[in-house]
Amino acid sequence: MSQNCNRTFVRSNRLKAGAAALGLIIGASFGTGQAAAEDVIVGLVTKTEVNPFFAKMRQAAEARAKEKKVKLIARAGKFDGDNEGQVAAIEDLISAGAKGILVTPNNSSGMLDIIKKARAAGVLVIALDTATDPADAVDATFATDNFEAGVQQGTYARMAMGDKKAVVAMLDGTPGGTVDTFRHDGYLKGFGIKEGAPSIAGAAITNGAQDKGQVGMENLLSKNGDINAVYTINEPAAAGAYAALKSFGKENDVMLTSIDGGCAGVRDVKDGKIAATVMQFPYKMAAMGVDAVVEYAATGKKPSGFVNTGSFLITDKPVKGLESKDTAWGLKNCWGD
Amino acid sequence: MSDVNSPMAPATLSAPVVLEARNVIKTYGHVTALAGVDFELRAGEILAVVGDNGAGKSTLIKALTGALHPTSGEILLDGIPVHFKGPLDARHAGIETVYQDLAMAPALDIASNLFLGRELRAPGILGSVFRRLDKKRMRQEAQRAMSDLKFRLPSIDNAVEALSGGQRQGVAVARAALFARKLVIMDEPTAALGVRETGQVLELIRSIRERGLAVVLISHNMPNVFDIADRIHIMRLGRRAAVVTPKTHSMNDVVAIMTGAATA
Amino acid sequence: MSTVIPSSPDRKASLKARIFGTPSVGPFLVLLAFCIIFALTNPRFLATHNLSIILQQTVIIGVLAIGQTLVILTAGIDLAVGAICVLGTIIAGKMVNLGYDPVLSMGFAILVCTAAGLSAGSLISALKLPPFIVTLGILGILTAALRLISSGGAFAVRDPFLAWTGNTMKLGGFVLTYGVLIMFLLYGVVWYLLNETKWGRHVYAIGNNPEAARLVGIPVRRHLLSVYLGAGLIYGIGAWLALGRIPNADPNAMQTANLDSITAVVIGGTSLFGGRGGLIGTLIGALIVGVLRNGLTLAGIDPLWQDLVTGILVIVAVALDQMSRRKN
Ligand SMILES: Nc1ncnc2c1ncn2[C@@H]1O[C@H](COP(=O)(O)OP(=O)(O)OP(=O)(O)O)[C@@H](O)[C@H]1O
Ligand SMILES: [Mg+2]
Repeated sequence: MSQNCNRTFVRSNRLKAGAAALGLIIGASFGTGQAAAEDVIVGLVTKTEVNPFFAKMRQAAEARAKEKKVKLIARAGKFDGDNEGQVAAIEDLISAGAKGILVTPNNSSGMLDIIKKARAAGVLVIALDTATDPADAVDATFATDNFEAGVQQGTYARMAMGDKKAVVAMLDGTPGGTVDTFRHDGYLKGFGIKEGAPSIAGAAITNGAQDKGQVGMENLLSKNGDINAVYTINEPAAAGAYAALKSFGKENDVMLTSIDGGCAGVRDVKDGKIAATVMQFPYKMAAMGVDAVVEYAATGKKPSGFVNTGSFLITDKPVKGLESKDTAWGLKNCWGD
Repeated sequence: MSDVNSPMAPATLSAPVVLEARNVIKTYGHVTALAGVDFELRAGEILAVVGDNGAGKSTLIKALTGALHPTSGEILLDGIPVHFKGPLDARHAGIETVYQDLAMAPALDIASNLFLGRELRAPGILGSVFRRLDKKRMRQEAQRAMSDLKFRLPSIDNAVEALSGGQRQGVAVARAALFARKLVIMDEPTAALGVRETGQVLELIRSIRERGLAVVLISHNMPNVFDIADRIHIMRLGRRAAVVTPKTHSMNDVVAIMTGAATA
Repeated sequence: MSTVIPSSPDRKASLKARIFGTPSVGPFLVLLAFCIIFALTNPRFLATHNLSIILQQTVIIGVLAIGQTLVILTAGIDLAVGAICVLGTIIAGKMVNLGYDPVLSMGFAILVCTAAGLSAGSLISALKLPPFIVTLGILGILTAALRLISSGGAFAVRDPFLAWTGNTMKLGGFVLTYGVLIMFLLYGVVWYLLNETKWGRHVYAIGNNPEAARLVGIPVRRHLLSVYLGAGLIYGIGAWLALGRIPNADPNAMQTANLDSITAVVIGGTSLFGGRGGLIGTLIGALIVGVLRNGLTLAGIDPLWQDLVTGILVIVAVALDQMSRRKN
C-alpha cells in the first residue's frame, strides 16, 4: 500500500507566508555565516524507510548532495506514527551540526517544538511532501499541491467522458486527512460537481490500500450498477477498484482515474487499467530541498512559503485542451521499483 | 513379621503423637495418589517413610504440610485437627519441610534462600516505613545456623547454584532446622548424593533430633534408613502397609512389604 | 560429629566471579566502548549538549523498560507496554482538550494505565495464562480502543502541566528535562524496592523458581499481580513523560516500544527466563541504544547499522545468559 493518503499538508495562505518571511529575517540574523561546501551537512528525515515514495526521495537527495559536494545524513521513522523517532532524528542532526533539515513529518503537529528549536539554532528547516500545522512552523514547504492534483484528475475524467451523463463513485483514503480532503475536493471541482450532488453514487474508505479499494468498489457497484466514473485517492486503491470492476464485467465502461505516479500505477495506465493518473515528484522535492540548504549555507538566503513541486497528468488517451504526458514519459519519471 | 500394632521401642511408644493423618485420600482425576493413608509421628523420633516409586510418599508429605489439599481425610497436630491452607500455615504451626526439589531460588545467595519468605526487616523506621531488609542480620544468622549444625560453606554470599549438590542439600536442611519448632519433614534428602555427602546429611538429621525435634525422612536408601530411623512407615499403593522398627525387621522384610511380596 | 563440606571455589576465583558475575558490568563496558569510539569519530559527541540530548531521548524507553524489567524478572514478558503508554497520552490529551483539569486528567490517565496493568496481571495470575499471550491480546484490544477513542487521528496536546516534564533545567553544563530527573528518580525507587525489600527479593524468587516461592509461602499470584500493577503505573508515568517530549497524542505512536524496551532489558543483562538481572543493567541497556543511534548519526553512518548492532548485542546477551545458566 502506498501511504500517500497519510501524508498531509496544509496550503499556506498569504498571511502565513508573511509570517514565514518574518521568520526568515529573524532566522537569517541568527544564522551562522558561510561555510565551505564540504562542511555542509544536510539532514533528511523521512516518515519511514520502506515506502517507495520516501525511498525515491532519499535516493534523489543523496544524488543531489553528491553533485553539490555536501554531506547528506538520512534518517527515518521506524513506522507511520513514529514521532519520537523523527524528533530524536532531528535532535541528533542538530547535534551533528546540520545546516539544514528536510523533513516529511509523520504528524503535522507533533514536530513543532523540535522544529522551533532547530530554527532557533540557525538550522534551515524545510517540510517535504507534508506540511506542518501551522504551515509556517517551517521555513518553507516543498510539496505537491494536492488540490490542484485532484482538479487535474477530475477535469480529465469529465472531459474524457464527453457528454455522457456521469454517475460518480469516490474511493477515499482516510477520512479527515488533509491530503484526502484536498484530492477529493479537487476532483469534484475539476469534474464540475458539488459535494452531495445526486450524480455521486457513494463513497468508500480505502486507507489507500488495494484490498480495501476492491471491497469498497464492489460494495458501491452492488449499490449502484450505473457507476461510470471512479475517483481514487491513489494507485493501489485504483488497482483494487479495477479488480472489482473487472469481476462485474464493467472494466471498459468506467472512467477510472487516480493520483500518485508510482511506476506500478503508470504501468496500469499503460495497460489501460487506469485511464489516467496524476504524477507527483518526490525526487524534485528532495533535490530542491538539498539545493535550498546549499544556497542557505553559501548566502544565508532562505526559501519561504509553499512551493508547489508540480504534478503531471499521465495518460495514453489525451483529451484536447488538456496538457498531459504519455506513459513512455511517465515510466521514465515515475518513482518506486 | 509382626503386624502394624506390634510392640515398638519403648522410647517411641511412650512419646506423644505429634502429627497424625487419618484415612487421607488424594486423587488427581483418575489417578489415586493416596488411597486412604494413616500416619503417626511421635515426638523426638526419626520416622522413615519408604515405598516404591509412585507409592505416594511425596504426596503424603505435601498433604501433611499444606502444599496440597487432600481430597478427604483428617490431619491432626498434637491431637487437634488442622486445615493448612498452604505451606505457610504449616510453617506457622512449627512444621518445616525439605522438599524433594529443595524449593530454593538458585540465583539467590545462601542467606536469601535461608530466609526466603521469612525475611527480616531492619529495626526502626527503616524497616517499618521503608520496608528495608536487614541483610546484615540475615547474613549473621545464616552463618550461625550453618555453624550450629557444624556445616561449613565457602561463603554465605554465594549463589545457591554455585554450590555442590551436598552443599545445597545442607542449606535446605539448615533452613528447616533453623525455623522448625516441632518437626522437620525431608523428602529424599540424600538422593543424588555421594557416600560422604550422604553421611554428612545424615549427621545433620541426627543433630536435628538431638535438638528435640521429630523428623520424617523419606528415603529409598535402606541402609541409611536402618542406620538412622527409630521407626519405619512403609507405603504401598497410596496406603500405609505397615510400621516396623529396624530392631524387629530386616531390610529384606521391609522390601518384601514394600513390593507386596509379604504383609506385615 | 562435625560435618564439613569442602569449600570448592577459592577466594580469588570468587572475587573475579563477583566482578564478572555482576550482570551490569558487561553492558557497562559495552556502553563505555561505544562512547569512546563515537567520541573519537566526532568530538561533538561528548559535548554536554549532545549528552543531554541522549539522556532526553532515553527517557521514554528508559522508563517503560523499568516496568518491562519487573515483568521479565518474574519470567514474564510485556508486549502491551507501548499500547498502555499511548493509551495514557490519549486519555490525558483528550480530557485536557475537553477542558478537564490537567492534573486530574493526567491522574486519571495514569490510573487507567495502572488498571490495564492490573487486568493483564489478573489474567496471568488468576487464570494462569502465559504472559506472552495475555499481553499480546491486550495489545490488540488497546490498539483497537486507541483508534476508537482518538477517532483514528493524532491530535496536539497543548497544556503546560502535561508538557511540564519536557521543561528543562541546567545542571552543570547539562540541560536536563524534568522528565530525565523523573526517570532517574523512578530507577532509584524501583532499584530500592528490588534490592532492599522483601517485595523485590520475592520478585526474583518467583522468576527464579515459582514452585519454590510457593512452597516457602510467598503468595505468588498476589505478588505477580502487584508486579503487573506496578508496571502499569510506570507506563502511565511514561505517558506523562511522552507528552512532555512530544505534545501530541498519536494512536499510531510507540509501535516498537515493546521490542525496544525488551531490547534494553536484555542488553542490560536481565535473563528472559526470569530471576536474574537487574535495573541498573536496564538503564545501561537503554543508554546503549540511545548512544548508538545518536553516535551513528553524528558519524554520518546510515542508521540501519544501529539495528544491526543492536540485533547483535541482543543475541550476544541472550547467548551469554544461556551459557551461564547452562554452566550451573
Ligand atoms: N500433580 C500430579 N498430578 C497427577 N498425578 C500425580 C501428581 N502428583 C503425583 N501424582 C501421582 O500420584 C502417585 C504418587 O506420586 P508421589 O510423587 O507421591 O510418589 P512417590 O512415592 O513420592 O514416588 P518417588 O519415589 O518417585 O518420589 C504417582 O502415581 C504419581 O504419578
Ligand atoms: Mg517422591
